[in-house]
Amino acid sequence: MTTTDKAPDKVDTDLVTLTIDGVQVSVPKDTLVIRAAEQVGVQIPRFCDHPLLDPVGACRQCLVDIPDAGNGRGFPKPQASCTLPVAEGMVVNTQATSEVADKAQQGVMEFLLVNHPLDCPVCDKGGECPLQNQAMSNGRGESRFAEGGGIKRTFPKPINISAQVLLDRERCVLCARCTRFSEQIAGDPFIALAERGALQQVAIYEREPYESYFSGNAIQICPVGALTSADYRFRSRPFDLVSTPGVAEHDACGAAIRVDHRRGKVMRRLAGNDAAVNEEWISDKDRFAFRYATTEDRITYPQVRETLPTGERGELRPASWPEAFAVAARGLRAAGAGAVLTGGRVTAEDAYAYAKFARVALDTNDVDFRARPHSAEEASFLASQVALSGGVTYDDLEAAPVVVLLGLEPEDEAATIFLRLRKAAKRGRTQVVSVAPFTSRGLRKMQGRLVATAPGAEVEAIGSLKDAEHGVTKDAVILVGERLAGTHGALSAAVELARTTGARLAWVPRRAGDRGAVEAGALPNLLPGGRPVTEASARVDVAAAWGVDQVPAKVGRDGNAIVAALAKGDLGGVVVGGVDPDDTGDPAAFRAALDAAGFVVSLELRETDVTRAADVVLPVAPVTDKAGTFVTWDARTRAFDAVFTNPASLPDLRILAGIADELGRPLGFRTVSEVRGEMQALGPWDGARAELDAGKAPRAAKAPKGEHPMALATWKQLVDLGAMQDGEEHLRATARTPVARLSRASYDAVLASSDTSLDGAGEQQLVTVTGDRGSLTLPAVVADLPDDVVWVPTRSVGRGVLAELASPGSPVTVKGASR
Amino acid sequence: MSDTLTPVLTDNWDTERAWTLASYEERGGYAALDKAFAMAPDDVINAVKESGLRGRGGAGFPTGMKWGFIPQDNPKPKYLVVNADESEPGTCKDIPLMMASPHTLVEGVIVSSYAIRANTAFIYVRGEVLHVIRRLQRAVQEAYLAGHLGKNIHGSGYDLDLIVHAGAGAYICGEETALLEGLEGRRGQPRLRPPFPAVAGLYASPTVINNVESIASVPSIIVNGPSWFAGMGTEKSNGYGIFSLSGHVSTPGQYEAPLGITLRELIDLAGGMREGHELKFWTPGGSSTPLLTPEHLDVPLDFESVGAAGSMLGTRALQLFDETTCVVRAVLRWTEFYKHESCGKCTPCREGTWWLVQTLAKLEKGEGSEADLDLLLDQCDNILGRSFCALGDGATSPISSSIQHFRDEYLAHLTHGGCPFDPAASTAFSPVGAEA
Repeated sequence: MTTTDKAPDKVDTDLVTLTIDGVQVSVPKDTLVIRAAEQVGVQIPRFCDHPLLDPVGACRQCLVDIPDAGNGRGFPKPQASCTLPVAEGMVVNTQATSEVADKAQQGVMEFLLVNHPLDCPVCDKGGECPLQNQAMSNGRGESRFAEGGGIKRTFPKPINISAQVLLDRERCVLCARCTRFSEQIAGDPFIALAERGALQQVAIYEREPYESYFSGNAIQICPVGALTSADYRFRSRPFDLVSTPGVAEHDACGAAIRVDHRRGKVMRRLAGNDAAVNEEWISDKDRFAFRYATTEDRITYPQVRETLPTGERGELRPASWPEAFAVAARGLRAAGAGAVLTGGRVTAEDAYAYAKFARVALDTNDVDFRARPHSAEEASFLASQVALSGGVTYDDLEAAPVVVLLGLEPEDEAATIFLRLRKAAKRGRTQVVSVAPFTSRGLRKMQGRLVATAPGAEVEAIGSLKDAEHGVTKDAVILVGERLAGTHGALSAAVELARTTGARLAWVPRRAGDRGAVEAGALPNLLPGGRPVTEASARVDVAAAWGVDQVPAKVGRDGNAIVAALAKGDLGGVVVGGVDPDDTGDPAAFRAALDAAGFVVSLELRETDVTRAADVVLPVAPVTDKAGTFVTWDARTRAFDAVFTNPASLPDLRILAGIADELGRPLGFRTVSEVRGEMQALGPWDGARAELDAGKAPRAAKAPKGEHPMALATWKQLVDLGAMQDGEEHLRATARTPVARLSRASYDAVLASSDTSLDGAGEQQLVTVTGDRGSLTLPAVVADLPDDVVWVPTRSVGRGVLAELASPGSPVTVKGASR
Repeated sequence: MSDTLTPVLTDNWDTERAWTLASYEERGGYAALDKAFAMAPDDVINAVKESGLRGRGGAGFPTGMKWGFIPQDNPKPKYLVVNADESEPGTCKDIPLMMASPHTLVEGVIVSSYAIRANTAFIYVRGEVLHVIRRLQRAVQEAYLAGHLGKNIHGSGYDLDLIVHAGAGAYICGEETALLEGLEGRRGQPRLRPPFPAVAGLYASPTVINNVESIASVPSIIVNGPSWFAGMGTEKSNGYGIFSLSGHVSTPGQYEAPLGITLRELIDLAGGMREGHELKFWTPGGSSTPLLTPEHLDVPLDFESVGAAGSMLGTRALQLFDETTCVVRAVLRWTEFYKHESCGKCTPCREGTWWLVQTLAKLEKGEGSEADLDLLLDQCDNILGRSFCALGDGATSPISSSIQHFRDEYLAHLTHGGCPFDPAASTAFSPVGAEA
């Protein structure tokens, strides 16, 4: 018996020995008979049973005969094996050996089909339907009900229970998996069973729509075709689909998915099973958002910009790959000093290619993957605390007595973490503590405690967590979101909290490629493998591995500095890979920098403001067309293979290699596997780590004159206007309504100082939030924020807060508005 | 021995305004309180155990033993819940009792709550019987005003709050765990057991759920002593009970007698069958108990004997049907009730009753074939013991027992091309002596 001090709750469980169909098996105490039977290879048919949901015993399909319950006495009637725990000496006879059990199961199956329509030929579930399959394996071929002229219960065909989820009540076998999932796992109990008898049905409450970020899981676990998605309904037959395992690319959680495709087209995505990561659940974004890669504005061929006879810039025109590589190389060489900006969506291999391209081809450390507000303190934090770190896992979240969230809203920004924390909190062992402006719905569902914090006040709030009342001890886990970088000193305070309490700290970025980019060295202060640029031996390491004389020694510019230097003319060329200008800290400045740059090379999937400003546009492969690796927040490497073979679709690393070849500075690889080999050979840094340096505080933004300023709090909601949800109208329709949140006192003050009044009963008051970049008008909602703070969703209206309102944390004004 | 009526619960029903506190106290009501408070709670439980009182709601589980299951070391509050959701077809004893003498129940609640150390008790009463709810509410109010309820009852230091809760009209809520769901404000559907209510019942706290008549019997046991109670009835079925006679009998109504009385005696007490008619079949305890025939007239009506006769004592709701009644028609009506009241949680009951009704309806119309009888029996076999709660089992009782006793009558429907009976002949308004 071995136990580790890390997981005190994982002690060897007592084993119970029982006999199932004559086969003796030992299983942990409290195992249910239905799962013990799986251990001896007997599958008992079932509908309501689901290993991750509480047992309910409703469908009665899994009846077995128990001649001996372990006490020498048997049960007089067949028992539901999904609700019955094993007992020492128990004897179980399933349908395989017991006529009683077999008849009971056949009887229940026959009943289930009494009111089930025979529309399998047009049902989406047909071919992968547990009812269909088990009716064949454990039912009779002919229906005595139909023979006798029985009349089925009918309902109008599907009704929407949300914009995405359709309910066909006739097909429903009332197993309550969907309602139990929504209540027990997602915490969104907006669907429930209503009515009784055979008229019982899944119902919604019209005043609380079924807006759940996890509704797709209910569709997936539906054992019949009762729940279907608007997205996939009538699109294909399961037996025409090819399934390829994959990794969700929408956040840093690394949820396992299954990509189902047909003739070169993704038809749907399902949750994969990975007990260590996402169990069996994924968010609706991971499930439904995949058409962004096949929208009309997808770039399918390289383009170069024409130069007009007058010498002015002309239009983009199609070009061959060799020409585009040559033009890009020539342009970059001519532009002088260059830099590299990548978004957080690239794979670790691609991030490595960008990092190497900057150092080898452009001879610079001016590379940054942080296409979002960021700071020098964050770069130092990433180099000193995040790179090469690891050890905190999903299971640790479940085992920790306290999990502290700093600048992280898991339900919106890391859905898989949210589900784990909710599970842990529901079990009553884990207390979630969140430093955030208000109690979000997600925090409420995790039964979390709010440390109400205005933007800018995070440092004091984090400092206060040392108090014993919060219970942050060495067993606690601190999860740091990328937004914490928005307040100077907050990351340092988080590190200090971890140091003084002994708690473990992990960084949870929003995007799938962020952590991999840190490890791959797509930062101005880090080389691949967590090697500090400032360490001579680290540079020698890398230079030797790469076969170059040296790598640049000077710490490079970060994203903000690159934008500033491009605008100023200090930098001439820039390679931009997958950056949406409206995600960056200052979208207007970013656009201006692109205009000012001497030469812009854009590696993009679809047309964006970057491609429109670029001199060379190189189409890159979406995740379906290439192999790659995402490194998750918990340092798990999640490799995936290409779903499709598309020779015209090149990964970023192949394109960068092409340009580097033309520059006469080859990168030494052309394929994903070559990059993987090189990364492996280089290995992690084993020398001294950089120290965390908070640096100087930036100048505080000035409040608009003569106004009562409020601090702007914001984050991105899971479902919003992000470019990777384009083309998914049904998913977007399930997004939460964008609102502005204010404290009661601030709300009253805003109303008192405005001449607007409520337009009518039931109407929500509108407010206009104005910052230095524009204003947004949204319905106002009162929440438990600190006074003089207003929260708005970052990317749910127009071009978003960064482009059209103000920088997060900066002062804004709020006024009442009329409709 | 047709002179063995033992009016205890029904004793005061004929007094003037029997439902008032004044009337009840005048006849010695609430005397059990001081006697009980003078005893230790465990002694009250022991007295009920000794009396041999068994649950009057149908199952016949020993009441004192049920109380003993309450883990007194559990720090959570204990609750007493009275199941007054009387909805079984034919059963009509609790509603008249609460109507005629609600204080009998209230007194029983106080003594029983004291025994199990509950400080809050609930009466879950069927929502349709508004007049009874009002009488109960008034009785509870009177008891509070008189100091029988509330803080420091009779100076004993014992506190009890009693809440009358009206159900929302669902047969399933007579099932004790569905009742608890309803009481907690959820949909009435039965809960998974274990945990049993004695361990985690109402609000996940130790809870005793008893039938109205069981609780109402407790004060008499305390006042007269357990041996007085145990002296009545048969060896394993002690005490008295209310026998509710309905149907084709001269004087239907409530007959309180020791357990073990026979139907023959009861019919005699009730003035015989409807004039000019004879008994054809009967249910011993509501429609969920397999029906019996005249050959069972001398079966002692106690738990063991009725069980041995192939049925259950149930709620002692004796529905008597004479020869004018079509058994197929009666069974179909009952089955329609079960279909309508199936809560829908489990497949056998939900889908099975849907199908049973269609098969039976066909047979009643003379359609179908003899094979449909075997189909019916097979359907019943697939429901009985396969459903989530006992209510599914109950739905099969009338069908399987009627086919057992009256197979020929089913077949007569097929040969006759429909029902051979005149439905008017079985009605209460049919002329005396009407022939089938």
